[in-house]
Amino acid sequence: MSKNNSKCILPTCVPRRHFVKGTLASSIAIGMGNLSTAHSQEHASSAKNNTLTGNEFDLTVSETSVNFTGNVRSATTINGSIPAPTLVWREGETVTIRVTNRLSVSTSIHWHGLILPYQMDGVPGISFPGIAPGETFTYRFKVQQAGTYWYHSHTGFQEMTGMYGSIVIQPKGGEKTTTDQDMVVQLSDWTDENPMSVFAHLKQQSDFYNYNQPTARDFFNDASRYGIGKAVAMRKMWNEMRMSPTDLADVSATTFTYLMNGQTPNGNWTGIFKPGETLRLRFINGSSNTFFDVRIPGLKLTVVSADGQDVEPVSVDEFRFGPGETYDVVVKPIDEAHSIFAQSMDRTGYTRGTLAVRQGLKAEVPTVDKPIWLAMKDMMGKMAQGNDMSGMDHGSMPMDHSAMGHGAKSMDHSQHTMSNNPLAIPSQTVNHARSEYGPSVDARVEMPRTNLDDPGIGLRNNGRRVLTLADLHTLGGSFDPRLPEREVELHLTGNMERYTWSFDGLEFGKSTPVHFRHGERVRVILQNDTMMTHPMHLHGVWSDLENDKGEFMARRHTIPVQPAQRISFLVTADALGRWAWHCHLLFHMDAGMFREVVIS
Amino acid sequence: MIKNSVIASVLCLYSLAALAQQHVHTESADETQNTMGGLDSMQGMDHPKMQQKDADEADMPMDKDTMSGMDSMQGMDHSKMQQNNADKAGMSKDKSAMSGMDAMQGMDHSKMQQKDAAEADMPMDKDAMSGMDSMQGMDMSNTPPPNARDPHAYSDGLTLDSGAFALPGPRQLILADEHTFWAVTFDRFEYADGLSSSLESLSQYDAQAWYGNSYERLVIKAEGELTDNKLAESETQILWGHAISTFWDSQIGLRFDSSEGPSRQWLTFGVQGLAPYWFEVDTSLSVGPEGRTAFNLEAEYELLITQRLILQPRFVVSAFGKDDPENGVGKGLSSLTTGIRLRYEFSRQFAPYLGVEWTGQYGNTADFAKLEGRATRQTQWVAGIRFWF
Repeated sequence: MSKNNSKCILPTCVPRRHFVKGTLASSIAIGMGNLSTAHSQEHASSAKNNTLTGNEFDLTVSETSVNFTGNVRSATTINGSIPAPTLVWREGETVTIRVTNRLSVSTSIHWHGLILPYQMDGVPGISFPGIAPGETFTYRFKVQQAGTYWYHSHTGFQEMTGMYGSIVIQPKGGEKTTTDQDMVVQLSDWTDENPMSVFAHLKQQSDFYNYNQPTARDFFNDASRYGIGKAVAMRKMWNEMRMSPTDLADVSATTFTYLMNGQTPNGNWTGIFKPGETLRLRFINGSSNTFFDVRIPGLKLTVVSADGQDVEPVSVDEFRFGPGETYDVVVKPIDEAHSIFAQSMDRTGYTRGTLAVRQGLKAEVPTVDKPIWLAMKDMMGKMAQGNDMSGMDHGSMPMDHSAMGHGAKSMDHSQHTMSNNPLAIPSQTVNHARSEYGPSVDARVEMPRTNLDDPGIGLRNNGRRVLTLADLHTLGGSFDPRLPEREVELHLTGNMERYTWSFDGLEFGKSTPVHFRHGERVRVILQNDTMMTHPMHLHGVWSDLENDKGEFMARRHTIPVQPAQRISFLVTADALGRWAWHCHLLFHMDAGMFREVVIS
Repeated sequence: MIKNSVIASVLCLYSLAALAQQHVHTESADETQNTMGGLDSMQGMDHPKMQQKDADEADMPMDKDTMSGMDSMQGMDHSKMQQNNADKAGMSKDKSAMSGMDAMQGMDHSKMQQKDAAEADMPMDKDAMSGMDSMQGMDMSNTPPPNARDPHAYSDGLTLDSGAFALPGPRQLILADEHTFWAVTFDRFEYADGLSSSLESLSQYDAQAWYGNSYERLVIKAEGELTDNKLAESETQILWGHAISTFWDSQIGLRFDSSEGPSRQWLTFGVQGLAPYWFEVDTSLSVGPEGRTAFNLEAEYELLITQRLILQPRFVVSAFGKDDPENGVGKGLSSLTTGIRLRYEFSRQFAPYLGVEWTGQYGNTADFAKLEGRATRQTQWVAGIRFWF
């Protein structure tokens, strides 16, 4: 960490005395998303246009000084910028990317969502040994898909300190949805703290960054509003379970500054359009630990692609996405300026930018919504669905909490299958792993919910049309029409108090790989036994999300699994090798919610 | 104030009941002896409740006579006697290190009267545990059902560093679940002064440090009083903490007390964790030479008035199995302390506070104090800083 030697490359790095908090006159991102003008600039990186196009690229990883908050900090960057250059590829071409490591520690780059040979996947310790200091590693692979993706370090917490950028792959046959302009909107989070310190804080006190906890004052407010009985009831179960109803994010705006294309909210990233134009906005959640709820007040968002895969267009007001997910959205601005507003799921902060006909325009920025307590269905799944708080029945609580009695196991509905093949629909029999009974797990859900049409906590009944997984239908259906040959059931688990995260109660270090037999079609069932949403990212192969009737929904690389939810997806195990499979909340991944998948 | 302390006692007993329900089954038969020790210490901790009749009522009634828990402390006096029984029953332990544990087992067995002495020669794990189960008559939700899924069933024999496509050499990917962390917390670091009487003013500290991973930790606890800038009284423990359930760690180790009289050393067995309703509980049973035993229980609660203004009630009880006149400590319930501190968290890691604490001495301890002309009841105000790093 040679701070003295690090060069101040970013325009965001301004002398302290000239600094106005959050007002960052960065120009690197301006026009970065404007791909139509970028095509002529092959292999060129400039502060004005941070887009690289072609099929050969040189990327350099180094330490760079940045200033997002008024404090100069050292970031880990690719080609000196945050975000890293947008890489524009063409479907069907072979790309060569030479990555040179100018850090004092090992690094790596993972191409998120790309189908490629496992040696090119960039996960140190699984795909390759990593890129040692001073070394250059050459990635080379054929681009077999089109759409919006991104790339980031898969080493330690480097992603959190700035190593992320966007990938746009132009389809062979042209975009199905034509627009006048194409802009990348990459969201991320920045902390001035050392990420390991943030993690260590959570290890000592898991609610370290949560300043929305229930207080005595809230209790008296609720008691006067709803009556003492209900105010007590609202708290009873949480207190018995030693869980917090406001545990919506582990890391909040207490330490995070949320960025849009590398700009703080005050920096106001601006995408310039001409009146009458339609715009394709390629939203990428490149944050380390933040779910964002995105909307453009006054405009309908037509979602045309999810995780780079074209979907039947669906018109919404708002969508939520977690780290790793991408959505392409088509909008047609009406006014001269519109705010792009992205608030964090825990409602502690937001980032924003502006779509405007010229620089300097601003539209009204909404206020951040109030945080909503997690609901019973986030804790208990199906049993609580449709019930409000007063419907709580402690006597038959189906969540088997370690301090409480066993709930009744949910019934096996698989015998109701219409099809002859029992694997036509996903099994609903909950099977907890042996290793879920112990200190690593603070809850087990016995009757999970399986519906996909829940927008999630904080977005329910908010008066806006919010995208849900049930809205997603990948055009053309699945690549592989086969029914699964078998099911693999894994549970997402954790202990918030100890700040441990795992699959089946086993952190990565205690786990064994999940084996998919080469060529098989396999159903993966993920049941979330925790009270947080986990964006689950499987490397190397597509995750064909299905509904609880076994009907194909969407081809994804990152699937958010809500609390007490049980979802399933089909995998065609056609990519030999070892692959990473993990929660894309970086801290959950690093705490152990990580498995290896071996296809052999 | 006495009324308050009684209420706090009830809460603590309830916490202990919850704690008993938390106790864990070892997952595999090849647990280490040390782990067993931890579980034994839990049995030791459990027995005060077991002392209450009708222990098979899973829910300990909170309205029981508060003092019955305290009374059970007297049960420790029998430990010597019970140790003989245990020995007879075929306990063959290394006496040097294990005598304390044996004593504890003895205590367990003395309470678990429905168990035959013959069963006591089982190797202390499953059988002793199942004995407890039947006593508590409670569900063991930390026990997987027999048909629970094998978490390694999908691996087909592959491991992280062997099998198809594994990188050569030892495993390279080490995540935070295999890292170690540490923290040092000064829960109380304060100046205290008498409210009413001519009590001397003093400084007090109460710190805890840990180093380790999520489930295994080295724990150091240090508590003490300084008068005239001299360490007047201290209690320091070095412990091995082992996660036994979601919210609880067992702790085993050594405790060193220094006071006006001779220093005392103890083997100590404890349980620390979070009871339902967010009570932080730290309780231990210590066994020393010459048949000395000591019981301590500390419970804290954090009431958020606002996100940063936090009221922390605290309750401490200590009891001893044998008179120690040189240290002014008597057999039986020795002291009760209840305090309340109001802190403001400028940050999570730095919070000054003000508070008041009431301490009462009882039984022989109170008699010793009276002989020396010291007060047996005192009320103090405190001002200090809670901080951690």
